[in-house]
Amino acid sequence: MNLLRAQVRRPWRLAAEASALLIAVVVAFPLYWMVLSAFKPAGEIESTEPRPWTLTPSLDSFRRVFEQQEFGRYFLNSLIVAGSVVIASALIAFLAATAVTRFRFRFRTTLLIMFLVAQMVPVEALTIPLFFLMRDFGQLNTLGSLILPHIAFSLPFAIWMLRGFVKAVPEALEEAAYIDGASRTRFLWQILFPLVFPGLVATSVFSFISTWNDFLFAKSFIISDTSQSTLPMALLVFYKPDDPDWGGVMAASTVMTIPVLVFFVLVQRRLVSGLGGAVKD
Amino acid sequence: MVLGGLLVYPVYQLGLISFLEYTQAQVSGGEPATFQGFGNYAELFGDGEFWRVLLATVVFAAACVVSTLAVGCALAVLLTRVRAVPRLALMLAALGAWATPAVTGSTVWLLLFDPDFGPVNRMLGLGDHSWTYGRYSAFLLVLLEVVWCSFPFVMVTVYAGIRAVPAEVLEAAALDGASQWRIWRSVLAPMLRPILVVVTIQSVIWDFKVFTQIYVMTGGGGIAGQNLVLNVYAYQKAFASSQYSLGSAIGVVMLLILLAVTLVYLRLLRRQGEEL
Repeated sequence: MNLLRAQVRRPWRLAAEASALLIAVVVAFPLYWMVLSAFKPAGEIESTEPRPWTLTPSLDSFRRVFEQQEFGRYFLNSLIVAGSVVIASALIAFLAATAVTRFRFRFRTTLLIMFLVAQMVPVEALTIPLFFLMRDFGQLNTLGSLILPHIAFSLPFAIWMLRGFVKAVPEALEEAAYIDGASRTRFLWQILFPLVFPGLVATSVFSFISTWNDFLFAKSFIISDTSQSTLPMALLVFYKPDDPDWGGVMAASTVMTIPVLVFFVLVQRRLVSGLGGAVKD
Repeated sequence: MVLGGLLVYPVYQLGLISFLEYTQAQVSGGEPATFQGFGNYAELFGDGEFWRVLLATVVFAAACVVSTLAVGCALAVLLTRVRAVPRLALMLAALGAWATPAVTGSTVWLLLFDPDFGPVNRMLGLGDHSWTYGRYSAFLLVLLEVVWCSFPFVMVTVYAGIRAVPAEVLEAAALDGASQWRIWRSVLAPMLRPILVVVTIQSVIWDFKVFTQIYVMTGGGGIAGQNLVLNVYAYQKAFASSQYSLGSAIGVVMLLILLAVTLVYLRLLRRQGEEL
């Protein structure tokens, strides 16, 4: 059929490919502009004749970002928070997803529905009670106040998605493993874990992004101790509504986006197959 | 492994308790809470601004969801029609947009549309037209940014779904003389329905709760609060003017609306006879 189509519809396909490329350019344009502006010298950004290139790239904006703020510290804080959340939620989600797919117990369906409902709860609506909770535990202004809620809120979606992957592993495999004398733990870590790994990657992407991007919790819980701030907050220091330092904002944005991009490129292949697996179920 | 389930439960319940706490205790800054009954809700519902914000939120979220889904699905179909190189280009661009943190995306779009230094006004020849000044143009700007950063999820998921449809089915449809649109409407869409339901619901949830983009791009809700959505409104009430109880009440309203959506979703799943 493909051959047939290629003959009949060649102009169409070319048009489709041209538009795909065009759309790719449009979609990538904001990112390009971000990086470009970060490298432009100050005079050129604030010119009324914006040009899509620069002949004199400079690192001034980056230097300003790293010197003026404790930017490295914020970066590290963000990494710690996102890293702990990804690892903890992946592990818990794996165990929980296995539990709800492989065992039938009372309230199993109730539990599943609750995971779904928990996803629908607007995290933002919980900020207020969480704020009081953190205050009562004396956790305000600590990284823990960011890590714990993020783990709690990324879990429902992670479990819900992982369920599909665990389900896809045939039960016969489990029985075979037991017959061969594998213990439950051994089956779990040496057989099941590698099999659902693509799914874990896909769910990790979601928890990583939501944590790395988080703005609300950081803004609400880290109120006075700026040494515990994370990147999104640091970024806004440069953005003053009346006179934004565009070079600084763009340089900080670039620095903030790069880790996520790296993470994405690393998991890209697994992500597409991972999402495919989750939806096929 | 049941242990695993039990491990999750307290964490999960933590969220649940905190949610119970705020409806009952209308705490105001550590002082003994007094029971207000429905006082806060009465105050909220009596406030014209609340209804205006609610309407804006619903319309804005609906516009975001529809545009995101339309763009995402169209591009997913486009992806299946092109060869490897354009496909990779589009995929990478989309992943880039997806990976961009909300705060970053918001500031970049602000720069793009900046009245003085932005390239967009330049290209469109709009002079120093300010996008964030007018209510609708500000909403439009935020909408564009939201679509830009959320269509990739729809696109990648739907694309993965289309790839999972057996080629023979599409071939048969094509041999029977079905047009592209017809194939999409009568063959692909029904087969992809479970996926479409999932991405629609996720989009509804996400777009109803847009916070960062509005907060950053319109400077906390726009001139005189013209661009407030419920989420930002609740935040402003609670943390900017210390009316925690009012903020919580708005939160409960949001929660109820989203729970209604959840129920619809569950009923849809049920009707499909799907077991949880």
